[in-house]
Amino acid sequence: MSAADPALPGAADASAAILVEKLNLWYGDFQALLDVDLRVRAGAITSLIGPSGCGKTTLLRSVNRINERLGYVRTTGSIRLWGLDVLDPSVEIAQLRKQVGMVFQRPNPLPLSVRDNVLFGTRVHLPDGRPPNRVEGDRIVEEALRQVLLWDELKGSLDRRGTELSLEQQQKLCIARLLPVKPRLLLMDEPCSALDPAGTEAVEELIWKLRGDYTILIVTHNMAQARRASEECVFMLLGEIIEHSDTASMFLNPANSQTAAYIEGRYG
Amino acid sequence: MFEATAQNRRNLKVEGLFRLLFLWMTCMLILPVALILGVLIVRGGPAISWEFLFTQPLNNMTAGGILPALVGTVWLVVVALIASVPVGVAAALYLSEYAPDNRLTRAINLAIINLAGVPSIVHALFGLGAFVIFFRFGTSILAASLTLAVMTLPVVIVATRESLQTVPLAFREACWNMGATRWQTIRKIVLPNSISGILTGVILEVSRTSGETAPIMFTGAAFFLPFLPQGVLDQTMAMSLHLFVISTQVPDVPEHMPFGVALVLISMVLAMNGISIAFRVYLRGRKKW
Repeated sequence: MSAADPALPGAADASAAILVEKLNLWYGDFQALLDVDLRVRAGAITSLIGPSGCGKTTLLRSVNRINERLGYVRTTGSIRLWGLDVLDPSVEIAQLRKQVGMVFQRPNPLPLSVRDNVLFGTRVHLPDGRPPNRVEGDRIVEEALRQVLLWDELKGSLDRRGTELSLEQQQKLCIARLLPVKPRLLLMDEPCSALDPAGTEAVEELIWKLRGDYTILIVTHNMAQARRASEECVFMLLGEIIEHSDTASMFLNPANSQTAAYIEGRYG
Repeated sequence: MFEATAQNRRNLKVEGLFRLLFLWMTCMLILPVALILGVLIVRGGPAISWEFLFTQPLNNMTAGGILPALVGTVWLVVVALIASVPVGVAAALYLSEYAPDNRLTRAINLAIINLAGVPSIVHALFGLGAFVIFFRFGTSILAASLTLAVMTLPVVIVATRESLQTVPLAFREACWNMGATRWQTIRKIVLPNSISGILTGVILEVSRTSGETAPIMFTGAAFFLPFLPQGVLDQTMAMSLHLFVISTQVPDVPEHMPFGVALVLISMVLAMNGISIAFRVYLRGRKKW
């Protein structure tokens, strides 16, 4: 299945990986998202920016339906991934999460070896109905760690615990861990905010390198990061999307005065 | 500018006073433990010998050993564990990993707290009614162990649940976000990282079970039965009841015998606790996050 598979419903708009329409979301009585419409281009890096509480993390967490665990969340509207509505009751959550990987604010490697961290997804999802054997496992681990630029650092210490690595390595490992099950979309919730400047730079570089192979939606508080490491930028305020354009023009020439005020740091 | 004022000196004095008070109260804790152990060792120590541990009681329990009681206690504890650990651990897993916060969950939690608060003699009557009479197990190891199991279930559940909750939520989230089910998360991440606490709970249960007297009195423990049980439907002697019997019910027992029995019983319990602590330290050392 490629991103432009014509057999898929909605494939007319094949360049959209995510198509959100009229999405409303309530936490109990509080409405966190208001009539959100969003089209995320396949293979690009799109960043969600906006002040705290504007709904950007909520929007991100709706895409892989991790919000639902809270129990008091109500949603209307649709979120289509490659044309398929993820809010449809027939959607199998495990399959959705396999296609849509998520990276968290705080790196959360599992308390297992580096190797087992990378192989965790394949053991959960069992491609070919069985866990990979030793040889396949080695190949998968090497490939995933190479993709996140960790192989050279960690090839000699695959038995170390993921939780003992440096924060930067942990976050890269958390990204590597998603890759073996071949996701098409990566959601990142402020992936660099727990890292030091060097770590931030390294992880940003990695994210930049992954674009094209994966569609990446990234929430960030860091203006400079949005500017450096994304191709499109979405500005949200109080549960609504205010502006969506390519990153360069948003930062040079914001169309909306609220966007301009936020970018210039007049509130945040 | 930096000299102490009168107020400073008063504060320091009060500070010292309270520190001493709390220290003294803490030391008071050690006192009963030390006294109990001391008395038992001094007065029961001479009774301990291979013969005492491994022979039958003789002359109306005024001489000989305690073998049937020792073996009986092991039977009771093992059967009680087999009955209560699976139930307790499963219940704790449900409560900690699956249960939504609703009325049923709160009712279950309340039931656990109440179960922990039921006096052991009431458990004894329950066991007599339920296991001995209703289920027709008769007075047997099975009935006594099940009674002990019901009584110690809260210990297992609470210890297990607390241990499960020491595993950070972030690990569970990481698993769920990769599409793992609750059970895959439990099996691969939660259980391996909480097993030390669960085992501690189990061992605590062992030490509690081996010392209980009331629940087994009506349900399976015998006053005097000078042979070893052959199966779970037999009656048996038990250390705790044997101690009660030779201390209060049998005339002319030499003084060192009840102390000897008590010393063996408390040594078993302390050994269990020791193993529990060692285990915990060992498993803790391996876990790092």
